Amino acid sequence: MVRCFLIHTVCPVNALGAGESRVLYCRVFGPDESLFTDQEREFSPEERRVLQREQTAVVARQVHSAASLSRGAAGRLLMEALPGEEALALQEADSGVLRLRAGDPFPEEMSALWLGVQSLGFTLVCEPHENLLLAEGTLRTLTRHCLEHLHLLGPGSEVLLRSDRIDALLSRLLPHGQLLFLNHRFAHSLEKEVAAYMTK
Amino acid sequence: MVDSLQRLHLILSANKYIRTLPPELQKRLQSLLSSPAEQFQVLSSAVLRETLPPAAHSGNYSQENIVQLNGHAAALLLSQAGSRADVSSLCTQLLRGLESRQSEGPTNSLTHTLPILNTILTHNPECLTEDHVTLLSKKLVDWLRYASILQGGGASSGGFFTGPRSRQPVPIAELDGTVSGDFFTVLCVGQSFTEDQWMNVFSFSALRHWLLTYHSVSNGNGTADTAHRLQLSLSLSHSHSFSNDDRSEVDGSVVSMVSATSSSSRLLPPKERLREKSFQYCQRLIEQSDRKAHKKSDADLQKACLVEAVCILDCVCEEDASLVFRAFPCIKALFGRLSSDLSFARVLLPIAQFYLNHGEMAAVDCGSVWALVFGRFPSELFNDPFLAHELLRFLRLNLESLQLRVPQYTHSFPNLLKFLAWDSPAVVDDFVDLLPSLVTAGTAVELLHTLLDLPCLSATLVLQVRSTCLPISEQSGRGLLSLDAFRSPSFRGLFLFLLRGEAGSGDTIDRLSTLHELLVETADWPRVVQCAQIVPVLLHIFFNTVITVADEKLLAHLILVMLERSSLLLNIPKYNKEIHRVFSSHLLRLCKLHPSLVMDQSHELLEFSGATANVYSKEEIYTHVVWVLGEYLSVSCDSRCSVTLITSCFEALEAVLFEITSSVPPPGADCPAPRVVTTLMSALAKLASRSHDLIPRVSLFLSKLRTVTRGGSVAWCSDEEDLVAIVTRGEELWSLLKAPGVAQSVLTPPAHVTTPQWHRDTNVALPLRLRTLTNLTHSH
Repeated sequence: MVRCFLIHTVCPVNALGAGESRVLYCRVFGPDESLFTDQEREFSPEERRVLQREQTAVVARQVHSAASLSRGAAGRLLMEALPGEEALALQEADSGVLRLRAGDPFPEEMSALWLGVQSLGFTLVCEPHENLLLAEGTLRTLTRHCLEHLHLLGPGSEVLLRSDRIDALLSRLLPHGQLLFLNHRFAHSLEKEVAAYMTK
Repeated sequence: MVDSLQRLHLILSANKYIRTLPPELQKRLQSLLSSPAEQFQVLSSAVLRETLPPAAHSGNYSQENIVQLNGHAAALLLSQAGSRADVSSLCTQLLRGLESRQSEGPTNSLTHTLPILNTILTHNPECLTEDHVTLLSKKLVDWLRYASILQGGGASSGGFFTGPRSRQPVPIAELDGTVSGDFFTVLCVGQSFTEDQWMNVFSFSALRHWLLTYHSVSNGNGTADTAHRLQLSLSLSHSHSFSNDDRSEVDGSVVSMVSATSSSSRLLPPKERLREKSFQYCQRLIEQSDRKAHKKSDADLQKACLVEAVCILDCVCEEDASLVFRAFPCIKALFGRLSSDLSFARVLLPIAQFYLNHGEMAAVDCGSVWALVFGRFPSELFNDPFLAHELLRFLRLNLESLQLRVPQYTHSFPNLLKFLAWDSPAVVDDFVDLLPSLVTAGTAVELLHTLLDLPCLSATLVLQVRSTCLPISEQSGRGLLSLDAFRSPSFRGLFLFLLRGEAGSGDTIDRLSTLHELLVETADWPRVVQCAQIVPVLLHIFFNTVITVADEKLLAHLILVMLERSSLLLNIPKYNKEIHRVFSSHLLRLCKLHPSLVMDQSHELLEFSGATANVYSKEEIYTHVVWVLGEYLSVSCDSRCSVTLITSCFEALEAVLFEITSSVPPPGADCPAPRVVTTLMSALAKLASRSHDLIPRVSLFLSKLRTVTRGGSVAWCSDEEDLVAIVTRGEELWSLLKAPGVAQSVLTPPAHVTTPQWHRDTNVALPLRLRTLTNLTHSH
């Protein structure tokens, strides 16, 4: 199962400190895991939410660091792709997978798959036994849709105000965090629904 | 309206702390959840997720029936679950909904059942009762095995020819276009799909998790049960009949191999039946993956299906060992098909897992599998981050098993370390866990050399990749002398040694310094720098582990390696210093554990400490070597120690001390650190206290030192405070040595003084015990 999906910055942001990442979109799936761990006391909803926020912030920071190191090592120059060149931007994207140790920040070990498209990072946090080939494919599809429908490549990105579109996308392609084995016909059917939503 | 909702959501989500909305607004949004316009559903669900549920919500929780909600409202309900009981009640509702098959609800609600259940199961498998598990097992069997094999009617895709012709039921097709000859799977295509075909996709997507949750626990079956099951499955594998209570249709036409060998599921209980059907589904997927898909996305899906199918087969074979004999031919054939194609490497890893788990039982030779995993994959796919992650994870999870069953594991570190050399930050975490298992007495020395030259390996891998990209004829323009060297035949051997796949052909090469010179320009390449940063960490782990497996002879050899390599490292800024620091701390530790090591390696240590140049170039190590000599070169540590040895050591150190305190440091070097001087002085004093003839010589030196420094500054010490400290120390030692007997007991104390066990001493024990008890009883 996928625990969460994030969109965040992977480049330096002026307003933040070095290495800090701004989370632009975050969706956590399923019931709160803190309900099931043996705690001395149960967390209140406020505390649970803060905990969730902090966890996703940690993930974003770690992916930011991994992406920067990976880009530095590869030594490639970041090419600015223009709107309309989403497929190219996706092809050129850096990708990788990070091991999140148990406790850092989730109670169990997790794998964080990430795609870095210019200044944005798209991250899927999965349970470790998950089918990473499928997860990688799903992440690429999600990223492609996000780039296309939210105009993320041009100036004036709409990710912050149009997060409902991402929600609708996720409810089709990653319902409640479930990765789906979709051949091109099933995918086509779902993508038609997504496109219909986006045009509203 | 949509705009304001979007803005409201943005404001709420940007805030770290959760807010409560005014009850009116809350109610309004709640009602929007069931709006026919999906956008309102999505937005209201998103907004409500960012807020606290209303206070009286815990009562409301059970009133909402999740089955009747759309996907977005269901997600909200799930996220608002406040306790285990809430989650359990959601489960119960979902399953009740499945049972009664409410047809008024929107079709969405059915497809979302499995994902919601699946996410709940991750944390709370106990929320499903035995009956629930049985019910769901039956449903899963229906959806997986008996989904419709005709294309969905539904809306026509709007072609030219609408009419009676297009409404004739058309069978589903395979990915290569041929008509499907067996049951529906995720690798079947059609123009549109029926509901049960959708459920087939959802079921398979959730299947592995389900099996791992409910089938991985062994229910303590005795051997009698296993024998019964084996008998049943063998006798049934020849029959060909269908169960009464499911919706399957007898299809007499083309039936693939899988169905022909299906067992009569009527006789098996639901859990076992699901296992059997899962088995068949996976076999069919493996067959289907051999077809040439028309689209690339489908080819990728085939790979993912292969991975999943093999994992599920592994899972069911774990639970029912009798299935291994049916599964192995299939897996073996798959391995044969894929093993020469590196693009299927990630599929071969689950196959390797299967071999590891069941190979012994099936008495299958796994040699070719390990040759891939420890040979070709690291040496040719070291730059695939996903493969690296999965392979290293495979090693981590199966460490014990691998150490038992794969004898070449401990010799494969030259290959495995290639993952680390290429992308240190991404995999260093895995190696922190794996390295201890690679440290053995037989390979320790070679491993140490390999770790020290990891940045060189890093550079070599970069060169290897570049070499394949750039045409050979092109002169490497921008100063890539290293690339020329890499390609030149006279230096090939050096690089080939670094790129070797297995340990055992030699600890290191003679011409190491040549190699370092060739690679000098790579010292600022990012991968090399990143690699250099993690080597100290790995060295610490290496040394911590090696003391548990090594005998004294090996440890003595390692000390030798440390001394040799301290001047034989790739010249990366700060790298040398860091390595020296690691060496120093472990040299100390080793000698403390085994003081006789100093005696064993006295010749080399003496030679090292007698070279004045080392004071300036390897200050840290030099200091520690001198300290170690002073401390442990005595009869009480090792009976082989002779007066002659002490005297020759004394003379060597004395010469160095004279030299560095009587002249200016060589050009380019800083003044020797005060610590070096004082350590030398202390060492001399210690040695003298063991051989009293030497005392006059030390005392003479120390008094001379006092005289010289009284005149003010000296050429070999720039800081006045430091000089004062040195002189003070000198005076302390001088006065100590005036009473040789006292000096001996202070500078060479017997063991019981240096390893006090105060709790045993009758006088000291009582106050200690009282203090401990007080601390314990005063709880924080």
